[in-house]
This record gives sequence, C-alpha cells and structure tokens, in this order.
Amino acid sequence: MSGAAAWARALRALSLLAIDPEGLRGLHLRARAGPVRQRFETLLFTLPGPARRIHPDLSDTALFGGADVAATLAQGRLVWQEGLATQPARLILPMAERTPPHLAARLAQLLDREAGHGLILLDESAEETERAPDALIERLAFGLDLNETGWQQAQATLPAPADLDAARAHLPEIRLHPDHIATLTALAARFGIDSLRAPLLALRAARALAALNMRDTPNDDDLREAAELVFAHRATQIPQEEDEAEPQDDTPPPDPETDSADTDETQGDIPDDMLIDAVAALIPPGLMERLQNARGVRGMRGAGAGARRKGNRRGRPLPSRPGKPDGRARIDIVATLRNAAPWQPLRRQGESGARVIIHPSDIRLRRFETRSDRLLIFAVDASGSAAMARLAEAKGAVELLLAQAYARRDHVALIAFRGSGAELLLPPTRSLVQAKRRLAGLPGGGGTPLAAGLLAGATLAAQARGRGLDPALALLTDGRANVALDGSGGRAAAMQEAYEVAGYLRALSLPAILIDTSARSAPETAQLAHGLGAQYLALPRADANRISTAVSTTLDATAR
Amino acid sequence: MTAPYPFSAIVGQDQMKRAMILTAIEPGLGGVLVFGDRGTGKSTAVRALAALLPPIRMIEGSPTNAERAEDSPDWAPPPDGAIVERPTPVVDLPLGVTEDRVTGALDIERALTRGEKTFEPGLLARANRGYLYIDEVNLLEDHIVDLLLDVAQSGENVVEREGLSIRHPARFVLVGSGNPEEGELRPQLLDRFGLSVEVRSPTDIEERIEIIRRRDAYETDNAAFLAHWRAEDAAIRDAILAARAAKPDVTTPDDILRDCATLCTALGADGLRGELTLMRSARALAAYEGAAAITRDHLRRVAPIALSHRLRRDPLDEAGSVTRVIRLTEDVLG
Repeated sequence: MSGAAAWARALRALSLLAIDPEGLRGLHLRARAGPVRQRFETLLFTLPGPARRIHPDLSDTALFGGADVAATLAQGRLVWQEGLATQPARLILPMAERTPPHLAARLAQLLDREAGHGLILLDESAEETERAPDALIERLAFGLDLNETGWQQAQATLPAPADLDAARAHLPEIRLHPDHIATLTALAARFGIDSLRAPLLALRAARALAALNMRDTPNDDDLREAAELVFAHRATQIPQEEDEAEPQDDTPPPDPETDSADTDETQGDIPDDMLIDAVAALIPPGLMERLQNARGVRGMRGAGAGARRKGNRRGRPLPSRPGKPDGRARIDIVATLRNAAPWQPLRRQGESGARVIIHPSDIRLRRFETRSDRLLIFAVDASGSAAMARLAEAKGAVELLLAQAYARRDHVALIAFRGSGAELLLPPTRSLVQAKRRLAGLPGGGGTPLAAGLLAGATLAAQARGRGLDPALALLTDGRANVALDGSGGRAAAMQEAYEVAGYLRALSLPAILIDTSARSAPETAQLAHGLGAQYLALPRADANRISTAVSTTLDATAR
Repeated sequence: MTAPYPFSAIVGQDQMKRAMILTAIEPGLGGVLVFGDRGTGKSTAVRALAALLPPIRMIEGSPTNAERAEDSPDWAPPPDGAIVERPTPVVDLPLGVTEDRVTGALDIERALTRGEKTFEPGLLARANRGYLYIDEVNLLEDHIVDLLLDVAQSGENVVEREGLSIRHPARFVLVGSGNPEEGELRPQLLDRFGLSVEVRSPTDIEERIEIIRRRDAYETDNAAFLAHWRAEDAAIRDAILAARAAKPDVTTPDDILRDCATLCTALGADGLRGELTLMRSARALAAYEGAAAITRDHLRRVAPIALSHRLRRDPLDEAGSVTRVIRLTEDVLG
C-alpha cells in the first residue's frame, strides 16, 4: 500500500469516526512521531465532541475521579477531583504500546460500557514485539499504519465539517439489508477473524459510509470499503483461491483505484471473491509473521521469582518516602503522622479546631520490594546432527523444564535454530500448552547455525529485560556449529562466531545453562559453555532429576 | 447507559448459559469460570445475567447489603434504614486493582482531615450476597488472587491493617472469564470455581450471522429489541425462582450419589469438592427442569461443566479435559 493510499485510508477512518463515534469506538494508529502524525493529530482534534489526551501512566484517580488528597488537606475539607472518563470523550492515548495491562483492562471496560467513550491509540512501537494491547485494538474499528507515508503524500484533508454533520444527521435513517449482515459476517470468517466484534464494527462502518455518501442503504462499494477498513488489519489468513497458488507478497498489491473500477461494472450483488481481493490487497505483507510475534506478547504481571525491583504496591516493605499520593501508592499513615507530630503546636497557633494539622509535605508513601517475573528462554538445536542424535530426548528435557517453569510461574519462550537461521517459535508466554504444542511440532534437519541461535536468544533476553522480565537461557545443542551468521558453511568459522556471540551473551550477564545433547560430548561444547558463563551439563549422563536440579540452581542464581 | 443485552437473546453457547442459570439457582455452587477466545460474548453473558437475577431485599444504605440488622457489621452506620429491594449486586473487579480497593481500608481522607479512624469498605463488601465478576481472571496479580481465595473460602473478609481490625461477611458468587492463550490460572483458584465452561467462537456461518443480526438489532433498534426479548428473560427469571423454591424437594437417590463418587474417583479429581458440586448442580438442573429426583441424565449434562477443571492434570496435557470427562461419563453411566 502506498503512502498516499494509507493517508486516504486514515482520512476515511477519521470521517467515519466523526459520523458514528459511539458505534465505531476509535482507531489504532501505528506511526512514529513526526510531521505526518502531527497532521493526523491536528485533524483528530477537529472532529466534533470533546477530546482528552491521556498517557499510559495514568492513575485510576485521574481517569475515574477520586479524592484529591493535596487539595483536601489544604482546604481542610474533602475535595473531589473529576476523572477524565467521567464525561464521555474521545480519549487519545499516545505511546499506546507502553499501556500497562491494568490500564488496558480499565479502558476496555470503559469501551464496553457503551457510555459514548472513544479511544484513539497512537502506537509508536518501533519493534515488532512491541504493540498496543490486543484487548484494546480488538474493540476499535480501524487499524491504520502511517509509517510509510511521507509529508508530501499527506496533503489531502477531511470533508467539510458541514458534510460530516449532514452525514451524522442522516445516519439514523440508514437501513441495512439482511444480506449485508450475511456478507460481512461470512467475509470475516473467511479471513480467519474469530471475534464477532469485527463484523459488527464493519456493519457500523458500512452504515456510516452510506450516510457519508448520502444513500439510504449501503451499496456494494460501501460494503467493500467497510470490509477493507475494518478487516484488513485483523485478518489471520488470506482466503485461498483455487487458482491463487503464488504467495501474496510476490505480486505487487493491486491499486485500490483500479480495483474499484473493475467492480463498478458488476452491478447488483458483488461476489465475495471480489470483496476478498479488495481486503487482501490491503493486508500488509509480512502480516503472518507479525501475528506470530504479536501473539502472547503482553506484559503479564504476577509475583515472580526473578530479580528484585522496587515497587509501591506489594512485596517486602521498605522505609517509606515522602511523595505525592497518585491513587496507586499507599499512604503510610503512621509515618505521615509521625512526621507531622513535631509541628503540631506550631501549626495550631494559626488555626483552631482541627485536631491534627497535616500538610501535603508530611505525606509518606509506602514502598515495597518485589521480585520481577522470570523468563526462561529455551534455545533448541534442531539441526540434522542433533536430530540424529537425540532431538527427542532434548524435547523431553525441555518438557521437564517446562513443568518446572509452571510450578514457579515463570514465563517461557522457545527459539529453534536449524538450517540457515534461528526462529522464535514461541514469544514469552505463560501458556505452557502453547509451548508444548510448538515444541512437539518442531521438525529436525539442516545445519547448525549456533551463532544465530545464540544471537536470537540474546535479542529476546534484551527485549525481555526492557519489559521488566528477568531472563535466563537454557541452550540445548550438540555444539557442532557448521553454519555462520551469514548462512555460509564451514565448521571453523561457525564455531568462531559462536564463541564471539557467547562472549556477547556473557557480557549481558545472562544466567545460562548449556545442555549438551550429543552422544559423545566434545571438548568444544564445554568450552562454549565456559565462554557463555553457563553451567555445562551433558545429557548422556544426565537423568531427569539432574537436569531439574541443575536448572534450578542456575536459575536461582538470578534471584541473588 | 443502555440496558444490557438480554440473556435469552444470546445465540448458542448453551453450556455457558446453563452454567450461569445453575449458579443463579444454587449460589452455593461457587461460581462459574468462563474460558474462551476474545469476542465470544463472555462479558455480555455475565452482564446479561445480572439483569436476570431476582432482586434482593436489603437495608437501605447498608455497605454490605445486609438484610437484617444483626447482619450489619458494627463499624457500619446504624442499620436503621428501610428495607428496600435492590437488584442483585454484580461487582466488577478490574485488573490492577489495589488490595485496599478489594478489602477496604482506612478512610484516608477522613483520617487526615478529621483525625477519625473509619473503615472505607471495598469491593468485597459491595459484592456481598451478589456476584463478583473478574474479567481476564488469569492475568490477575497473584497477591489479589491469594486474597480472593481466602475470602471465597471463608465467606468473611478480615482486615487487619493500619490499626484497623474489621471483619464483615463477604459471600459472593465468583464469576471469572479469561483467555487461556494469555496465561494459566493457578490451580488453587481454579478449584474455587464450582463450574467451568470453555467457549469458542461459533464456526457455523449461519450461527455467526444470526449473532451479528441480533447484536445489530440491539444496537440500532434498541427499544423494540429489548421489548421483544423481555418476555423470554422474564420466563427464565421465573423459572429460576421456581427452581430455587423446588430445590429442597428434589430427592437424591443413593444410586446417584454412588454415581457421583464413581465418576469423581474415575477422573481422579482431588478432594470431595467435585462430588459436592456435581450433586448440587445436578439438583439445581433437576429443579430447573421440574423433575422430582436427580437422574443420570442430569448428571451426564452437568458433569463436563462441574468436573472438567478438577482433573488431576498434567500442566502440559493439552488434550481437552472436557472430552475426557464426557468419555468417562459415558463409560461410568453407560
């Protein structure tokens, strides 16, 4: 999709939001900060209705209202502060990819309440693993991507406000034909969209489009456009035609303009295939990979066994500190009173009546020390040599470790390396069923790109750290590297690279364990473990118990 | 705020609807856990259930929804309000809620401004005699889960913090929903739910179309749609009330108890909670259908929802536990 087309699509979504804000809820925009996004935001604020800017660190008090402690103390009576969500408004959330799960849950509930709230997610994520919460994206009608759009391409603007107002007035008149419902629902199913919110939102969009075009009932063009706008970013599969054997991304996506010109000739019912082409053309290439990556990437919380971290909600108590109550931190009453006590005689001179006079500066907040969640990254060598030897046993060992991870409530991730590179089979998740399924389906064969596997592990570990997890690496290999990072063969070069990457991992001070799966362990493997700073364990002599003990010891080292 | 989507208008999802009706008949079952994909109508069903529940009688202004003066906790304002009818409370417990909000805590504003030590009741007090609904229950933070486990078990909320020593009744039906792809639920919490249902997006195109059609009618022609389904909702509510009244009279033959025990041993379910839930839910179902005694047919229909989450399970076993229960039920009951 060209940049100009993306911009046209964004404008379309904005116009529809102006027409039916309650029904369509909002949109999810992927765009880095820059002039194009600035322009989009300017247009966003021209839409009718109140708009409020919120941020991912928003406290519950700020969102839903609550007592304003500082003002309460200053005035000596209870002062309520109105929340941003008390009145229906369009909430604009920049840095949406940093939305913590609790805020996402609150916002999702707010949208479900159908009190007229809208939500605009401005997602600035740079990496594929970062993404605004799926629970929110799913509830919003549109998904846009303006990363490829240049300033020159973003010149078109919205229809005149008068036209939008007229369309909004016309909206209640729109009547749907039962066939429209059937068409859009069936289409959503063919794109592998499970959630039934998608066809509902598409219907709403079709209605709004009909209103915009001053029709009484949506026609085929409206339906197609609604499907394009709502389904394209949700699709999990591209419907396979009998004659369409080549993969989608080899052919340049057909221009939407020519597409609609084609279909204009077919009056009456448009065949589903035509709709499918229209939507498929908008599905970004590489969608499937992105889905794989995005699935399960979500900051889950829970008390883990990882490294220590300071927090204000739970854990081992630490001495309290002065601070401003924000609705999330708890006030340490005793410390606050103790701090206010010496000043009481002095403060009472000015006023009378109050028993205790406390100033905002007296407030002490509680702090706790908690442990972050642990992530166990399995890097499994699925090369031909390992498969020959004992891939099955390695899988068995991983399953054992998975069961252990379950007991410790750890997150797990699975990387397999074989052939020319490494692949992230399972992004960090707590769903062990998924981990087991991916592992069972892991084929063996090909060369041993050990360096690529290690590098993938290192990247994932760094990302996990960024999200507050505490990673550890379990490497299962026979140590016989023969594919270098650039995909070329050669044992010596490949081993050399593996050592270099191992040094890099060691510098990350990532706790690691190397489980040697070869039938006869070679000294190089032990040397690699040394290079990694990892504990070395040879599988031939290791029984189930030894593996668990070894892994526990290694992992417990993280906690210290 | 518009009226919630009518319960009777929910297409399909019979297991989920049955489980919810059973908890309405027998609050002692211990609630429902609904696990399934996004957009399958989990939240819709819970909110619809609230509208279906018969109202409760309570003292006006009671923080714990007490009906009689002696049930009112001593920290609450004197229970001298009139007795009023209120809808059964359905309280949302959001993710990321703080411990204070759940259990209740010292009323900080009053403590600071007036130097008074008063208790500000939390969500558990509000949910007393009603429902506590947790969306995405599997993502709930562990320390909140621990807290709920304890209260759900004892039916009493005990607060010992910040110089307060407070206790009040907190009996509620726990309703949880979540998406298993996003994380596992702690087995201890799993066990606290009486019934568990797995919901999937319907794969049948006609069924999907019907869902969208109804939902669309609900959104665009709200009044007519609600009027159309109100009668059916009322019929279900009456049936629930009738079943509550009839429940004590439903007899439980010894054979059925034996069947319950055989079934639970065959499945290797831990503890005796399985048998109890199975028997209670079969009785509720029998009462709902107007039967005089529990039959094997009732058992067969409630076994999957009462037992599937109680299997002594291997965390890595992905074989559907529902299938296992159904197969074993067939074996045991013939």
